[in-house]
Amino acid sequence: MGLISNGTTIFDAGALDSGLAKGAMTLIKTLTASSSGTLTFHNGTSSVVLDSTYKEYLFIFNNLHPSATDGPFLVFQANAVGASGFNETITSTCFITFQFEDNSQAALSYVTGGDQAQGTAYQRLSQNVGGENNESMSGSLSLFDPASTVFVKHFIARASAHADDDGNTEGYNAGYFNTTAAIDEIQFKFASGNIDSGTISLYGIN
Amino acid sequence: MGLISNGTTLLDAGAIDSGVATGAMTLIKTLTASSSANLSFVNGASSVVLDSTYKEYVFKFINIHPANDDVFFQFNGSDDASSHSYDIIKTTTNFSAEHNEGNSVAQLGYVAGDDIAQATGYQRLFNGVGNDNDSSLIGTLHLFDPSNTTFVKHFMARVGGHRHSSATLDTYIAGYFNTTAAITALNFQMSGGNIDAGTIKMYGIK
Repeated sequence: MGLISNGTTIFDAGALDSGLAKGAMTLIKTLTASSSGTLTFHNGTSSVVLDSTYKEYLFIFNNLHPSATDGPFLVFQANAVGASGFNETITSTCFITFQFEDNSQAALSYVTGGDQAQGTAYQRLSQNVGGENNESMSGSLSLFDPASTVFVKHFIARASAHADDDGNTEGYNAGYFNTTAAIDEIQFKFASGNIDSGTISLYGIN
Repeated sequence: MGLISNGTTLLDAGAIDSGVATGAMTLIKTLTASSSANLSFVNGASSVVLDSTYKEYVFKFINIHPANDDVFFQFNGSDDASSHSYDIIKTTTNFSAEHNEGNSVAQLGYVAGDDIAQATGYQRLFNGVGNDNDSSLIGTLHLFDPSNTTFVKHFMARVGGHRHSSATLDTYIAGYFNTTAAITALNFQMSGGNIDAGTIKMYGIK
């Protein structure tokens, strides 16, 4: 049964009509860490959508807190459809700003250790995140058109962290998965230890 | 016919009632390039809204692919009511991070040639996009309060992509249209040749 108001279809076939003005950003899934080794979003699993439904997917990191106290990086990788191992080929950039709480150092610089040139490692998304009780990182990652089988898969990210050496550091990372295969699985983890707590939310942008 | 639930109007006059939470980001228009010389968003034309309805407009670039190799992706604004010419005076900044697949280039720097100081030319959003089949660019442009007749019109953008030189480039652009006239249209183009394929989506932020 449909619902028509003033000549305009509002509901039909169990959904809001596509012609209706509504929000363009849809929350797909929130994962909450609890001493988690990894957090993984896989299309078709646990209500996750990561396919051609949206042209842009946005991941928001909220207060991810590491179990390790050695200042691990938040990192991520992907699997193409049907693949495993989280080892897609990446070319990326990495630069940061930082400021120590004691004002002893503040800078903007390119980080050669945070980028990749046709590498298959996990890509850094943040600098060294502190593991003390009040330390964490937040930020976002946009992944564009992961279902395309024509183009490489671009991503851009920005993350702010309370560093283990008592300062703020902001990481700017971008690049592409150098594959024309569709990407349908994204995994996040800290480079060492667990994700002790925090959330990662996945949104689709219409 | 309206729909009222528990005293609250949900639907009326063919639309979701303004009091119902529907998300603050509204998709206004999607333009898809097909060997297009340019893509324009003109207030009042083809269902485009670019006026005081929203205080911020967001443009998303999804896999913009040029016909020609090594060209700039760029944009300009218009303050005309009709017969739009794109020639607004701008002052802008531009910096970027670049890393190539061969790992011989890894740099961060201000790009003096891609900024503008009180000139009317098109603002570069990406430098040197390639036209290989799998090469494209992505990104986001924010335009603030375009209908304001008191202040200049600020914009900021982040655009990433696959360069003609097999490198990833992460570009940050910001600036202002130095006019107190309302901005009524935006035009996107390549510096040479057509936009072969790709999508630009326009959103309004409440």
